Amino acid sequence: MLHYLEQAARERVSETTQAVVKKVEGSRRSFLKGGAALTGLVVALHVMPKSAAAFKPYNHGGHAMPHGVVADPNVFVSIAKDGTVTIVAHRSEMGTGSRTYVPMIIAEELDADWSRVKIVQAEGDEPKYGNQDTDGSRSLRHHVQPARIMGASVRHMLVSAAVKQWGVARSDIRAANHEIVHVPTGRKVGYGDLAEAAMQETVPVFDALDFKDEADFRYVGKGEIQLYDLHDITTGKAVYGADIIRPGMKFAAVARPPVLGATVKSHDASAAMKIKGVEKVVPIPGANIPAKFAPMGGLAVVATSTWAAIKGRDALVIEWSDSPHAGYDSDAYHKEMSANAKQPGKVLRAQGDTAAAFKNAAKVVSAEYYQPHMAHVAMEPLVAVADVKDGKAEIWGPLQSPYGARQDIAAALEMDEADVTTHVTLLGGGFGRKSQCDFAIEAAHVSKAVGAPIKLQWTREDDIRNAFYHTTSVERIEAAVDSSNKVVGWRHNSVAPSILSIFAPDSGHQFFIEAAMGHVDNPFEIANMSIENGKAMAHNRVAWFRSVSNVPRAFAVQSFVGELAHELGKDPKDMLLELIGSDRIIDPKLLPKDHWNYGEPYDEFPIDTARLKNVVRLAADKAGWGKKLPKGEALGIAAHRSFVSYIASVVHVKIADDGSISVPEVHTAIDCGFTITPERVAAQVEGSAVFGMTLALYSAITYKNGAVEQSNYHDYEMSRMNRFPEKVHTHIVPHKFETHATGVGEPALPPFAPALANAIFAATGKRLRDLPFGEKV
Amino acid sequence: MTTIKINGVARDVDAANDTPLLWVIRDHLEMTGTKFGCGAGLCGSCTVHVDGKAVRSCQTQLSDAAGKSVTTIEGLDPNGNHPVQKAWRKLNVPQCGYCQSGQIMQAASLLAENGAPTDGEITDAMSGNICRCGCYQRIHAAVRLAAGGV
Repeated sequence: MLHYLEQAARERVSETTQAVVKKVEGSRRSFLKGGAALTGLVVALHVMPKSAAAFKPYNHGGHAMPHGVVADPNVFVSIAKDGTVTIVAHRSEMGTGSRTYVPMIIAEELDADWSRVKIVQAEGDEPKYGNQDTDGSRSLRHHVQPARIMGASVRHMLVSAAVKQWGVARSDIRAANHEIVHVPTGRKVGYGDLAEAAMQETVPVFDALDFKDEADFRYVGKGEIQLYDLHDITTGKAVYGADIIRPGMKFAAVARPPVLGATVKSHDASAAMKIKGVEKVVPIPGANIPAKFAPMGGLAVVATSTWAAIKGRDALVIEWSDSPHAGYDSDAYHKEMSANAKQPGKVLRAQGDTAAAFKNAAKVVSAEYYQPHMAHVAMEPLVAVADVKDGKAEIWGPLQSPYGARQDIAAALEMDEADVTTHVTLLGGGFGRKSQCDFAIEAAHVSKAVGAPIKLQWTREDDIRNAFYHTTSVERIEAAVDSSNKVVGWRHNSVAPSILSIFAPDSGHQFFIEAAMGHVDNPFEIANMSIENGKAMAHNRVAWFRSVSNVPRAFAVQSFVGELAHELGKDPKDMLLELIGSDRIIDPKLLPKDHWNYGEPYDEFPIDTARLKNVVRLAADKAGWGKKLPKGEALGIAAHRSFVSYIASVVHVKIADDGSISVPEVHTAIDCGFTITPERVAAQVEGSAVFGMTLALYSAITYKNGAVEQSNYHDYEMSRMNRFPEKVHTHIVPHKFETHATGVGEPALPPFAPALANAIFAATGKRLRDLPFGEKV
Repeated sequence: MTTIKINGVARDVDAANDTPLLWVIRDHLEMTGTKFGCGAGLCGSCTVHVDGKAVRSCQTQLSDAAGKSVTTIEGLDPNGNHPVQKAWRKLNVPQCGYCQSGQIMQAASLLAENGAPTDGEITDAMSGNICRCGCYQRIHAAVRLAAGGV
């Protein structure tokens, strides 16, 4: 998303701002608004607030996001007279639980009774709520701190109201489970009874706040609070994008160009119009490339039901124009990337004298890894409901970035942003695809054209053929080994089309954010290193997919560690630890000047090799690394830092006599800093193993003559219950709040495929370098 | 006009005979618990019961359901307390939740036919239902829990 670019720019500004800020602006507004809140916190650090023991504030990347972080309790929390505490969830829920657990943190500090908390979903409104772009494994990482501040603020306001009503000392008053208690007398009053008076109180400044001791937490870190929507999900009442029904609503399905950049040359809708229920055919405007998140264009069929719309769409006869991308062919492109990877690439990080290290090497080991395009295929196909009338547009849908969608829809309809409202439903999975709002723009166009509310439904085929795909890549790694069997040189050339190509004319090179995902941030202690990026022009829409560039990089680097271990006669786990080297913080001077640390300030979230080594050892110990296994079974290991978390996985593979691959067990160690919800961390680790299995065995989007060859789950397969990692054990490294919470939704994915590849090699002697492997080896 | 009995109530539906039951349920009857996933019988998100047996509603034409008794997730238990639903909540099965109506209907159908399935029988019965979030470990455990009584 553009936000990544904006974020990077703002981050630099923000760092400068912090350096020059000398005073806290005392007004209430300044404390509450994003950037200013940061100012308050940074300065508070220097004056040592009394609450420092329980809560030491730190700088984080949330403040540098567009519209930053808003920590205004008046925006997020309200208390009704009956005591119901209503908390706004401003992040989109796609399965990680952030809709439940950011509010839970507020409730924790507020000392609210969770059974009396109601969650309402925010509309897309970043000036009001702060950044809402729910991706990058950021929701808890960026919101644990503001959520604690807001909860403590409201508690403070309730106490202030009681102080006034009772005329007693603040020090004698405690909050306890939705009540304010006067300790000496035992007198109590419920939050609801104090609500009105508390709301008149000024929001306290940070220094005035008391935070709970971690030992007193009832919800945070316990894993006992269940998903807010759990009951509704199990009873069919949970509302996803397609479940929105508006009065007078019509239904639409869209025929989109099979090749990126093609347009409708001519069409014949006569057969479509004969289908019962079909009412109209409406053109969807496409956009010139680079088109950001704009629809691909095409024709929408409007009907009285989804089924009629789909049948009508299928009956359209369309002649498409030619496109410069009509020659895109995955096999040819793989060869092209491979050829480019063998040439020197653009050097992104250089240390020592790599050329000399290779020239003087006793041994050179090299290997090349391939990853095809992949599609997200969330279980909920893309869908949106739009009602555009009387100069206003109202949109409902599974939007990962509801404010971004609002801006894009306003621009597409040439409307004022103020006249566009985006309502966020639950997302039936996201994995990055629902950050692009092309589907919602389509719905808005059609609603405007027909003057009625429209539910625009993508089919599974539409979803697979019109994704914003995970990039494809060739990763070539070479290692120079000296006469003492030590790796002294490392050259890694990554060749992959860039996400930047949807935003700007394609340079053929990746940008600093992609480079920072498992490439230039290489944690190995090797004297001579050249991290390179070769040329690859994009021919389809490439964008964010769970874990992004970390997927091919971890696959390549961690598989290569296994290859080195074999070549050098070392144990794979020992080889990995040896390459990571000494316990240290990677010196930022070794990293590129524009290094992107997942948007986080490096000093607060540095690359810490001790933490990486710790998860390697933890996973290996728990898995019984080195244990004797029957023939055809073996363990494989991989570790990777991403989204500022440290993960290692040991995969136990079992190869049947027919070569069939199964995974009876996985041990994953995760160091994600302070853990707010261990039960959901385990859920993400378990899910990432299945996602990883799918990616490793099945996932390949391939192109022929510019068009995607796959269409549905029969040719774009998923891991199912008859082939999934059966027992996934999650081992969380425990930390206090002072070790900042980091990402969880994505980082557990990258190590899975290389750990599996390493296990397959150990079991069979076959080294698999091309994803996907297929079901049999 | 076709009459189907859905969750115990007879409903008249004005739709073409070849309309998939899925879209009859969702668009005509406006019951949204049953989900669209693939439209090809490949993922199980749209699973409902017809005369007590799990079927993919996207592959069942309206005419096939005429006069039969259809149960959707909304009708599985009046209070949402079918043992499968309870087990699902006890083990915190869902992540995004979208496929879970279909998973639950599939599991309920299995247990109606076989109250004490083996691990292999659970796997066989549930392998037609895809969960992209990857909740299989807990789905399997929840079916086992529901079979044992929650």
